[in-house]
Amino acid sequence: MKPDLELYDYWPYENRPKITWPGGARVAFWVAPNIEFYEINPPINPKRTPWPRPHPDVNLYSNRDYGNRVGHWRMMEAMDKYGVRGSISLSVALIQHHPEIIQECKDRNWEFFSHGIYNTRYSYDMDEAQERAIMEDSIETVEKATGQRIVGWLAPALTHTERTMDLLAEYKFLYTCDLFQDDQPQPVNVKSGRLISMPYSLEINDIIVYNSYLATPRRYGQMIKDQFDQLYEEGKESGTVMCIPLHAYAVGHPHRIAAFEEALDYITSKEGVWVTTAREIAEYYNKHYYDQCAADIAARKKG
Amino acid sequence: MPVAPEYMQYPMRRYGMDQDFYTWSMLPRRPKVKWPNGANVALWICTDLEFFALDQPAKPFKAPGGMVTPYPDLRHFTTRDYGNRVGIQRIWRVLDKYKLKSSVAMNSKVAERYPYLVKKINERGDEIIAMGVDQGKIHYGGMDDAAEAALVRESVSTLRRLSGQPVTGWMSPAKSESWKTLKHVKDNGIDYVCDWVCDDMPFELRAPDNAGSLWAMPHSSEISDRKIIIDNKHSEDEFVEQIKDQFTVLSKEAAKQGGRILSLSLVPYIIGLHYRIKYLDIALQWLSKQKGVWSATGSEILTAFKAQ
Repeated sequence: MKPDLELYDYWPYENRPKITWPGGARVAFWVAPNIEFYEINPPINPKRTPWPRPHPDVNLYSNRDYGNRVGHWRMMEAMDKYGVRGSISLSVALIQHHPEIIQECKDRNWEFFSHGIYNTRYSYDMDEAQERAIMEDSIETVEKATGQRIVGWLAPALTHTERTMDLLAEYKFLYTCDLFQDDQPQPVNVKSGRLISMPYSLEINDIIVYNSYLATPRRYGQMIKDQFDQLYEEGKESGTVMCIPLHAYAVGHPHRIAAFEEALDYITSKEGVWVTTAREIAEYYNKHYYDQCAADIAARKKG
Repeated sequence: MPVAPEYMQYPMRRYGMDQDFYTWSMLPRRPKVKWPNGANVALWICTDLEFFALDQPAKPFKAPGGMVTPYPDLRHFTTRDYGNRVGIQRIWRVLDKYKLKSSVAMNSKVAERYPYLVKKINERGDEIIAMGVDQGKIHYGGMDDAAEAALVRESVSTLRRLSGQPVTGWMSPAKSESWKTLKHVKDNGIDYVCDWVCDDMPFELRAPDNAGSLWAMPHSSEISDRKIIIDNKHSEDEFVEQIKDQFTVLSKEAAKQGGRILSLSLVPYIIGLHYRIKYLDIALQWLSKQKGVWSATGSEILTAFKAQ
């Protein structure tokens, strides 16, 4: 183990090169539905057990499955209503389990990226060949089903190894959602190639808000608006990124969906908001700002 | 310890579910359901009557509400018992005020200890759902099969004997099942279970070992006083608000997609407290003023569903 994997350099949040998003936008706004499959009887990883109760954990398994059977449709319709395309954090095996959901997302021109094969298979203690296998599986399976070559990664259940970022760059992923050090993209230090960290969120992530902060639905709606207001203001100085990560098994319940819709209405009704996908943000950033930001970081590092 | 090779294999990576208990199905693509009298939303109120023994085994885990302090935990024992004495009466008075029906999920131990409650439930015309023997007797994967069969038999037969009701519904204590629970409850003539929270509507379940099929009813773990008030620590006002929001969305959906079910789960020692009961009154008053609400028991809702 190491004290710091040094995946990125310290980069103070002031006087950075000014980012302007397409159309002069101040905030690049994206929504990341996690479309996940949790197995009822997965094998056990040495570092983490998948379910709190003995298998079958009917209670939590069925709680998760609610998202695919029921919640997904409410979430998708809410996003449709406000013209928001999803960037899907996908349990890749869902392509086999629930192709109907994949087709609906494909029809809407949503982006797919990998969230591992299942959300009940953790990367902890995987050797290099095993970690490569889940990346190769992800790339091939999604491409075959959707025609999209995935360029983004959110590690399954946020489980990593020391080599995850290097491998992502080697496989030509453009961005990782696994790092939470900033509200703007930033180059990730990788052995070869190029990778950026894409602001995701473990704050206005519906699971964190509902299951850790135990917020009411209306409070969640207000948190989203408050975060947006702050990033919108700061975005005048240099463009920010705001992501709302979702899980249909949380946000897709009847008593919760209206508050989320209202927050989407609020954000999408503002001027100067680029409603987009993570891939489009990464491509735009790489084309226009990567070199400038990398140079700024290097210059500050020299002091 | 490295990750074993089988960790990279996915034998259940296939179309549909990774188990055979039920079939994959998307709610909005199912046929529209019609409730009696053109109702949009079936209101299914379900109250738990639980017995928490002082000497609960706490294996393999404690049910929510289980004893907390070292034995004898009189503090939690009596707090829970308050619900069976005082809280339930307050709930029933509110239900009576708005002429609402309900189901009661009951440990068989409660029926044995408090015959008064069974008599009262029968007088009200409410339905008894078997909720195992008591809240310390958890059904779980890996438990002894014969022991589980005996628990199910004891629960269902005791409740039938003491109430005279057919008792066709089942809820496992803490909604916890073993791999065989569905077989055991099916073998005991149970028609529906309340443990699977993956849907807003009933769906068919298959019991293992070709024991036949039964139904899952969408008993809510979300629109519940335990979840919202105890687990989430939301205020009573916020509990009412979430019930209203639930209804508003379901009612709108029902207009396009067919009848829906609003399942409201209550625990007498939670919502039946003096400072909380008023809020159940407010919520039920509001609901009873909405158009297209059909108050019914679990088995009535399921019967109407199956008739289509």
